Amino acid sequence: MLKTYTYPKFEYRRPEDLDCTTVRRHPVLIVGAGPVGLALAIELRLKKLSVIVIDEDNTVSVGSRGVCYAKRTLEILDRLGVGDRVVEKGVAWNVGRTFFHEDEVYRFDLVTDPDHERPGMLNLQQYYLEEYLVERAQAVGVELRFKQQVLSVDAHEEGATLEVQSPDGRYQISTDWLIAADGARSPIRRALHLDVEGHVFQDRFLIADVLMKAGFPPQRWFWFDPPFHPNQSVLLHRQADDVWRIDFQLGWEADPEVEKQPDRVIPRIRAMLGAEHEFELEWISVYTFQCRRMAQFRHGRVLFVGDSAHQVSPFGARGANSGIQDADNIGWKLDLVLRGAAPQTLLDTYHEERAYAADENLLNSTRSTDFITPKSPISRVFRNAVLELAEHHAFAQRLVNSGRLSVPACYTHSRLNTPDLDAFAGHLTPGTPADDAPLPDGSWLLRQLAGGFTLLYFVDPGRRVDAEIAALTALVDDDISINLVLVAAIGAARSRYDAHHGTLYLLRPDQHVAARWRQMDLTRIRAAVRRACDLH
Amino acid sequence: MPLNLEPNFHEPGKHYLHGFSPGDEFYELLIKMHRPLSEAESIKVNARLILLLANHIGDLSVLREAMTIATQCATQE
Repeated sequence: MLKTYTYPKFEYRRPEDLDCTTVRRHPVLIVGAGPVGLALAIELRLKKLSVIVIDEDNTVSVGSRGVCYAKRTLEILDRLGVGDRVVEKGVAWNVGRTFFHEDEVYRFDLVTDPDHERPGMLNLQQYYLEEYLVERAQAVGVELRFKQQVLSVDAHEEGATLEVQSPDGRYQISTDWLIAADGARSPIRRALHLDVEGHVFQDRFLIADVLMKAGFPPQRWFWFDPPFHPNQSVLLHRQADDVWRIDFQLGWEADPEVEKQPDRVIPRIRAMLGAEHEFELEWISVYTFQCRRMAQFRHGRVLFVGDSAHQVSPFGARGANSGIQDADNIGWKLDLVLRGAAPQTLLDTYHEERAYAADENLLNSTRSTDFITPKSPISRVFRNAVLELAEHHAFAQRLVNSGRLSVPACYTHSRLNTPDLDAFAGHLTPGTPADDAPLPDGSWLLRQLAGGFTLLYFVDPGRRVDAEIAALTALVDDDISINLVLVAAIGAARSRYDAHHGTLYLLRPDQHVAARWRQMDLTRIRAAVRRACDLH
Repeated sequence: MPLNLEPNFHEPGKHYLHGFSPGDEFYELLIKMHRPLSEAESIKVNARLILLLANHIGDLSVLREAMTIATQCATQE
């Protein structure tokens, strides 16, 4: 097994703290070098903060795990500087096909609106994403401490002090802010005796990474009750390197140890693919999942991100994607608080906005799970009736739920938004992530956003706006700097933003819309920036 | 008016960001309603539900069309 990928061994360096007589204090310490912890570390480092990441291991995730990365995640990875690598290696897809017994009953296309740089979804084994993120983190100067385990945490009003076990002995380390990106079983969450509320789903799934040369198109294929795996569901995804990911639903009674044996797995795959396809197994695992979240993601100076804060069922690819959006949400807020530019209460809005997102993810993934795994005979009767009707009728196709795929949450109720004063059509209300659009020079709108607050200024081509630009440029020198980006009010940019000549959108550093206006008013723009920073 | 076979779930005053959300909400309500019921009770509840909804629709031509589609599916099995 494991033929296409060589697991890197990241270098362990003896931590300087071992040789210090006093406990060193750092601004930010992230525990967990998974996709979420690494994304946040890179984000903070790009903002020139010093960042340490501690991880027990010295390699990447074993097996494909996360697999599906949504358009919004790819856009975030672009800003972090790994998007191109991920997209080049991964397999882009937009079409999902759903089968019941032997018949196709439903087909969806994620990008109904073309003209986005990034695809609706991209499949890539999690180990590649982690490898690219580690390399990027090292390149930008994140201090990565591999093979080090947190033994204890003392959280207090000014930060946290941790005891860490390294291969060369124990040391203490102190931090102003502690980020727990340490996964579903979060040792930090446990050490602080914090609860995570929800429940385990009584079902088991076999996942296999299979190496094969198959001519199937890059699409998501989902089967309900197929002849080759009766009464259960099966999911097929194409990944990089001709590795295919197959998820077989097994039911709660299945014995995970028995089901993991290749002599059990191979016949299942052969039944699915038919005798003509040769394949090799790369990785096998059996998993169960939970749907739950912490009541609070912020506990004083300790912040929980990704799986440590919330866990969802895998249907809909809402785990890794929401975790990376957590990092996206918290990075700029932590930066402003650490610089003293914003109050600590700004970090409460991390919980408010991302708990809202987690609830949306939990709701959707729980609904998918209830559709995929009917819990009673009557529930199964309804499920199958939907699938039968879906073959011919649009209303039933809409009800088929094999996973509602990750889309970013819109923080429409966030207190950081400035409500509209002017009338706007379209979906980009305050709180919504900025939409991409092609620009006349062949580049993309989201690529123009540098990472701080940005003011998009829409201008009709050919119209002189020298005086307005001169006035808006002054905002760059504000305490909280605002970058100005001129956008030609034509094409997809015009329609998506419902932009006229002179329309302005204020975007937060995470590219969510903070405010928008039809007329330029520097006082209003500055007030909106202060509001988005929770300054009163 | 013929039987509407296009997606039609909605709630007055409620705005949905995703087309699938109102249908998913209906389906969740349906399954939750059945969750505490025994199979025999579920059959009775389904019957009452059909009668209530049929009366609400009222138009016999629509109901006839729905019955035809529902039984067509059954004969295909």
